[in-house]
Amino acid sequence: MSLFWSVFIIVLVLGNIFACWWLIRWTAKPRKGEAAAHETTGHVWDGDLTEYNNPMPRWWLWLFYITIVFGLIYLALYPGLGNFQGLLGWSQYSQYDEEVAAAEARFEPLYARYAEVDIAELAQNDEAMGTAGRLFANNCATCHGSDGRGARGYPNLADADWQWGGSAEAIRHTLINGRQAVMPAFGAALDDSQLQATAAYVYSLNGRNAPERLVAAGREQYQTLCVACHGVEGKGNPALGAPNLTDEVWLYGGSLDTIEQTLLNGRNGQMPAFAETLGEDRVHLVSAYVYRLSGGQEARDELAAR
Amino acid sequence: MSHEIVEKNAGLMAVLIFIVISIGGLVEIVPLMFSQQTTEAAEGVEPYSAIRFAGRDIYVSEGCYNCHSQQIRPFRAETERYGHYSVAGEFVYDRPFQWGSKRTGPDLARVGGRYTDDWHYVHLINPRDVVPQSNMPGYPWLAERTVDAAQTAKSMRAQRTMLGVPYSDEDIAAAAELEGVTEMEALIAYLQGLGTNKVASR
Repeated sequence: MSLFWSVFIIVLVLGNIFACWWLIRWTAKPRKGEAAAHETTGHVWDGDLTEYNNPMPRWWLWLFYITIVFGLIYLALYPGLGNFQGLLGWSQYSQYDEEVAAAEARFEPLYARYAEVDIAELAQNDEAMGTAGRLFANNCATCHGSDGRGARGYPNLADADWQWGGSAEAIRHTLINGRQAVMPAFGAALDDSQLQATAAYVYSLNGRNAPERLVAAGREQYQTLCVACHGVEGKGNPALGAPNLTDEVWLYGGSLDTIEQTLLNGRNGQMPAFAETLGEDRVHLVSAYVYRLSGGQEARDELAAR
Repeated sequence: MSHEIVEKNAGLMAVLIFIVISIGGLVEIVPLMFSQQTTEAAEGVEPYSAIRFAGRDIYVSEGCYNCHSQQIRPFRAETERYGHYSVAGEFVYDRPFQWGSKRTGPDLARVGGRYTDDWHYVHLINPRDVVPQSNMPGYPWLAERTVDAAQTAKSMRAQRTMLGVPYSDEDIAAAAELEGVTEMEALIAYLQGLGTNKVASR
């Protein structure tokens, strides 16, 4: 604030307080020719209504003076007079910084301790997972659901199927850096019959029945357009975030229509990066939570054995 | 008796009352109109582009402010959830501002980039498709209605000439491209821009 406005504020505020004090004094002072206390003023209304000229009760008058004194003390201690910061040096920002520092001193050692534990091991720690569950609810549940089962377009984290890999390290990497899964649109590359055929082939990849003629034609298209990401057998590629097409899990839906839509318009899956929002220690903790959601190591071993 | 003079002259009393009640405003409001902190844009804060401008009008007309504030207070509980607290310079192009103290839904001051466009689309059509516990109403008609490009250009021009928002001619000409853009797209563009300035990463 410039000096002018600072002075402007100080003069008006102090002037106003002084004016209040003066007004109280001035109105409380007995006037010449005025009726004495406990006598009537001489006005008569409605024939018989009169008015005493009693002074204001002392306690009431003193309340006015006390508010003035309170105001002056407040303005001396806290910022209120222009650029003057107050004797206590308080500001809403210093209060905020203290609040944050106190919380950090209290919670950071806890997160730091968790950060030293291996993710798979941390996933077994019920107390840590209680904290992690609240972090998940605040940051992840909006898309993945409060139970982590996801929604259309948002992967289910509670199953053993992983788009980007389900190892502790892969989960952590996903959380730190985010992911961009781009399925290109093939609307321009495929005519209607090719589109139908390719969709039919993808539909048949997990063992469902589709017309043999379409599947055969679709296989050809698949080998040129899709194979680079989804692999020869359609098992996907976690390094690219290309989903496995041979299982029962469909991120956007596995009906023939939906597969056609996906081929036609492409899909854009985005997982935001949480390194900045949460910080590495908390990401570590949430990674353990997600690791646990999917059943942990047992489920993984079982999957590997299949 | 001076008391009697004031009481019996309504005009004089009005003038005196006006002086008394204007002091608070003179001290608390007038200096802010000349303060750098409140009148100059914070780092990275730009005037709304045409599509965001149109989206903002939809935000206001649909009454989003009735449930969502755009003002993060400097409390840890808020900054943990929403990000850096809001500063005055972030709102210099907000007319009217969308602050508030009633939050039926979460604060949106820094919602930009938090979710994908697709998420917002699904969420605005029917919030319960992505957040089962949500009590927010759906806004499916936004996907059907298109924004008024001519009106947007007019409003932007008014903000430039009457309120001094530094729009260039190209900025305003960009409003012509809004022909056929749905209200949904405009609103999502607006939401995705909220709080994506340099203050957020301080």
